[in-house]
Amino acid sequence: MTSLAHALSPFRGRQVATAGAIWLILSILIASFAPMIAIFDPLEISPTTRLLPPGAIHWFGTDHFGRDTFSRCVYGARMALLIGIGAAVIALLIGTAAGMLSAYFNRLGHWLMRVVDVLMAFPALLLALALITMFERSVFNTILVIGIVYSTTTARILFGLTLKLKNEMFIDSAVCAGARRSSILLRHILPNLISPILVQSSFIVAFAQLQAAALDFLGLGLPPEIPSWGNMLAESRIYITRAPWLLIYPGALIILTVFSLNLVGDALRDRIDPRFRNDFAGV
Amino acid sequence: MYSYIVKRLLTIIPTLLGASLLVFLFIQFIPGDPASVLLGDAATPEDIAALTRELGLDQPLYIQFIAWLWNVLNGDLGTSIFFQTPVTSVIADGAETSVLLAIFTMFWIVLIGVPIGIVSATWHGTWIDQLAAGGAMLFASIPTFWLGLYLILIFSVGLGWFPSSGYPSITDDGGLANLRYLILPSLTLAAPNAALITRLIRASMLDVQREDHVRTARAKGLHSAKVVLKHIFRNALIAVTAAFGFTFAMLISEAVVTETVFSLPGIGRLVVQSILRRDYPVIQGVMLTIVLLYISINFLIDLVYAWLDPRVSLK
Repeated sequence: MTSLAHALSPFRGRQVATAGAIWLILSILIASFAPMIAIFDPLEISPTTRLLPPGAIHWFGTDHFGRDTFSRCVYGARMALLIGIGAAVIALLIGTAAGMLSAYFNRLGHWLMRVVDVLMAFPALLLALALITMFERSVFNTILVIGIVYSTTTARILFGLTLKLKNEMFIDSAVCAGARRSSILLRHILPNLISPILVQSSFIVAFAQLQAAALDFLGLGLPPEIPSWGNMLAESRIYITRAPWLLIYPGALIILTVFSLNLVGDALRDRIDPRFRNDFAGV
Repeated sequence: MYSYIVKRLLTIIPTLLGASLLVFLFIQFIPGDPASVLLGDAATPEDIAALTRELGLDQPLYIQFIAWLWNVLNGDLGTSIFFQTPVTSVIADGAETSVLLAIFTMFWIVLIGVPIGIVSATWHGTWIDQLAAGGAMLFASIPTFWLGLYLILIFSVGLGWFPSSGYPSITDDGGLANLRYLILPSLTLAAPNAALITRLIRASMLDVQREDHVRTARAKGLHSAKVVLKHIFRNALIAVTAAFGFTFAMLISEAVVTETVFSLPGIGRLVVQSILRRDYPVIQGVMLTIVLLYISINFLIDLVYAWLDPRVSLK
């Protein structure tokens, strides 16, 4: 099997998941080429064109400042991508390191996993709110907070997976061959964890979208001037009866993106090594 | 079983202590000196000095923690900066709304999520299953506040069936009829959680379906509805019990967004308002309350789990 065919194999016979993957690729393209796709400046205020319904010039209508909703949705894709990937990178870096080291070094693991237990005693949104209280509102802090919150579940999953791998024959033979601990962890265990990490990351990116939108809605997420889908919904909620389209487009984009990520995550999980499948049962 | 209970109790003590320590440190992590943080912006240097002495903030951190823990054990969570009343009474005021909302939400989750999960697993692989599983995933992908806003638009503004915001206590005028204020919020909160329960029930029923006792039941000619409900669903339910308890504990904090959308006077909205008002003692108190609740519910689930499935306590 060629590498491309192998990469596409989870999607064989799953039309809906394929459609989800196509939307994700499309949204990455939209985010990358936002300045070329957006017709207007997303921040340009125009008092004469307030709350216009969707039409030929303003495809998705305009908001209470007369800003073009389509252009803001396009730039919103950038924030969605940035927050999703940023949170996943932070959660995976902390979670993978903590999970792998805990499973490999028993004494360290005993303490580190207790810390994870304590952090997991806080429901995700509550932990995010507590962390947010300590920081200023900014893009980086929102990413950091969501990343930290999901690093605990990631650590727990990676801990379980590494424990299983640690007892495999090929690790014993690497130890007998005199491989150093760092080389066992990085060259023998980590490569086997790539596919579960990929599955976990698709779920983290999906959760991050919903969590970031909720924080924006509560007025505790991104600074209000940044055009994110969550901020657009938060700002236009009071116009829901006068201008319902203001909530339809950003809301639909969040749902479409999270739905696609979940579909792709499911498709990847079903193709994962059967030994690891139970570790994702609760996701 | 008793030795299992004792063993589990011993393991939650470190978690409880660790969680309390984190909640205690919360005030220390906030930029600025704790006494001025607790007193708010209007405090004079004399007030700050007086409170520092009173709370023992000039003492080493571990002594402060022990003193704080002692106060908590005596039911003293400090005083709200905004309300100038004890934090415990501020939290107690929001408890009715939050608990009723959580119970109402669980009702919808059981009523909607469970049957769809059973149907989905029973007709596994057919279009019914695909529709149910796809629908569940879609509902898990909708931001709760967005769903809440549209439910208000349709059922309150459009049809006028339910009130759009607020919640007068059931002890006020109107009595139990006031529960209608919680119908839309509980449906909003139930949507993503019912979807998760549907997915879990489906997955665990599919697991049980492959077991030997199910094949035996079918082989001896039992009615297929009986096999599904008595042999598959009952066993699958054991695995789902944990999820039910976990969901219930999480609802209290997840309600933050829903309570804000529907302006409900619950604990969730209290957290958000306290963050915006910088009322740190209240945030600290709510965090502690929710974490204690979360840990105790999880402990109870473990016991129920061990009681339902004796293999657990023997491990």
